[in-house]
Amino acid sequence: MGYALGMDGFREVVGALAGQYRLWAPVLKVGEGRFTDTDVVRYDFVTSADEIEWHTRSDYAFKEILTPLSQTLFYFTDGQTTVPPADTRDVLVFLRACDLCALRRLDQVYQQSGPRSDWFYDRIRDHVRFALIGCPESQEDCFCVSMGSNVAPAGSYDLSVDFVAGTDGEPQVLMDVPAADLAALVAPRATAERDVEPAHVTENETKVTVPAEVPNSIYKSDIWAEYNARCIECGRCNFVCPTCTCYTMQDVFYTDNGKVGERRRVAASCMVDGYTNVAGGGQYRRTAGDRMRFKVLHKVYDFRRRFGYDMCVGCGRCTTVCPEYINFAAAVNKLADACAAEAAAATATKEGAGANA
Amino acid sequence: MTQDINVKALKKNAFRQSKVRGETASRVRVPGGLVRAEDMVRIAQIAEDFGNGELFLTNRQGVEIPGIKLEDMPKVQERLKPIIEHAHINQEDTDHGYMASGTRNIVACPGKRLCPFGCYDTTAFAQRMDQAIFPNNRHVKVAFTGCSNDCAHVALNDFGIIGMTEPQYDPNRCVACGACVKYCQSRSVSALKLVNDKVVRDENKCIGCGVCVVYCPTRAWTRSKEHYFRVKIMGRTGKQNPRLAQDWLRWVDEDSIVKIVQNTYAYIDEYIDESKPEGKEHIGYIVDRTGFEEFCKWALKDVELGPKTQVAKRVYWDGKRYDRENELV
Repeated sequence: MGYALGMDGFREVVGALAGQYRLWAPVLKVGEGRFTDTDVVRYDFVTSADEIEWHTRSDYAFKEILTPLSQTLFYFTDGQTTVPPADTRDVLVFLRACDLCALRRLDQVYQQSGPRSDWFYDRIRDHVRFALIGCPESQEDCFCVSMGSNVAPAGSYDLSVDFVAGTDGEPQVLMDVPAADLAALVAPRATAERDVEPAHVTENETKVTVPAEVPNSIYKSDIWAEYNARCIECGRCNFVCPTCTCYTMQDVFYTDNGKVGERRRVAASCMVDGYTNVAGGGQYRRTAGDRMRFKVLHKVYDFRRRFGYDMCVGCGRCTTVCPEYINFAAAVNKLADACAAEAAAATATKEGAGANA
Repeated sequence: MTQDINVKALKKNAFRQSKVRGETASRVRVPGGLVRAEDMVRIAQIAEDFGNGELFLTNRQGVEIPGIKLEDMPKVQERLKPIIEHAHINQEDTDHGYMASGTRNIVACPGKRLCPFGCYDTTAFAQRMDQAIFPNNRHVKVAFTGCSNDCAHVALNDFGIIGMTEPQYDPNRCVACGACVKYCQSRSVSALKLVNDKVVRDENKCIGCGVCVVYCPTRAWTRSKEHYFRVKIMGRTGKQNPRLAQDWLRWVDEDSIVKIVQNTYAYIDEYIDESKPEGKEHIGYIVDRTGFEEFCKWALKDVELGPKTQVAKRVYWDGKRYDRENELV
């Protein structure tokens, strides 16, 4: 069921939701950007509508609720381990269509890629519901349409939020509320019932072509070399990505008692040095170009080969956050061009061979 | 015919006495180094109309218009009027050129408006300081720089103001990628280290440059809401005893700095050696005479330093004494 609300009614709805849920939403963190007096939009818990950044896509993704940047899995002493209690009160996450598509990737990796689901992931995931923030227009660097993630998957959200100008010129909120329990909370505060379709982007300025097939020869393509000089291997592209799921473990022994410590799981980045280190001093991908190749192929090819759809959702965060202006969409397009060139060369070789025969 | 001109008054009016008899140069002061493009055009036009068609960029971010005939000074002053008005300087009379030339133009690096490492708005602080201490005949040099790189060379000034931020660390957002440790080592002072996969900051060593914040990929490091400063004092160039300014205050606030520099003028009035050429003396020489404690007493009068501010009890300067011995060994 859909509803139209005035701003006051909408604030009441969010307030009422805050009474039942911990609200996890994009927040403009003033002064917390990289540079002096610059801001950043990242997720945090809020209790009111006015705290939420509704209009600008977050710099850091919602995934931090499900896969915290740093999480203590358990504490250990001589012969015992203790799992710290988790806050399992229900959470309502405000996010965009691309993020809901990303959620499917997170679930795929943490719940459906091995013999059993990830216990720590499930512990939080089971208590999370989702509220869609509509996208009336594309944001900087987005290419969601190219990736087919511009529309929220059917049944993926429990309510949606769109800001529009009402007929009287006053700002108005439109909500699609498929969840009956939440509709009961919205309906009494609405000014009208009506059909609502959440706004979604139909065209982005940035467009990518994802290669259908990637020949193994692309491994040695010269398209990767430029990143050796350009990329500083900071890993921002991974840390902000709503679909990156890699983590590493830290076993920490407290300095004042070496028998006691904790095991932490922290976000890892395939761009940061050390990611491919193995016992004995080996390192599989040493250069930024190699790491870029791995990342790009993982996002638009390798993941698909295993699960049948691409990992990248085209949210563009990795491009926007890159301090070296490396445009991920441009990298994918360079890959597509290189793949097309390789295919053409292979065909020419085959035809040439045929002519000779 | 030699014009009957009071050269001393001319100098106070920011016109230089040229070696070419009958000519002068007009100095346009640019507080904080930021000038509107349209005023730069006006300056250029004065050079075309009354000068020799050239502009000299001074070391203290001024623009000097050479080759002006002394008799043209009133016309030049008329043309300087809109430039002075746009400069937002503390000068009500804009009809008679720049007032006073003792306190030097306040220098600033681009600061946070442009530079990724700038810890504050150097231009705005320079303009605020300009309002507080201009016009003034006392020879005082103040310069602002955004971070400890000191691109503005504030260590050559009586007061060198360096921006600081107090890095705020959220261990919950830290993944021990090591970027901050690496860049603190390569670009700053090695104040960070990883202990048990979290970062520990040596608060004594940290110079508040913000490099860790710039390079942190997760926003585990952010800047303090407050802007802080390091104040270096009594640097100077010159013939007798040139020397670099030394640290006096750190983690000090903007209001205190303005008050301290203002207070210093009263100290100068009290102790200056008026027999010096044109009644000008670097403050550092006065401090050498009165002792550092006496300077502190005057400069810190009615100043309430914040709880984080650290004050050096002693400040030692070095630099060669050319008035004693300058033979090379």
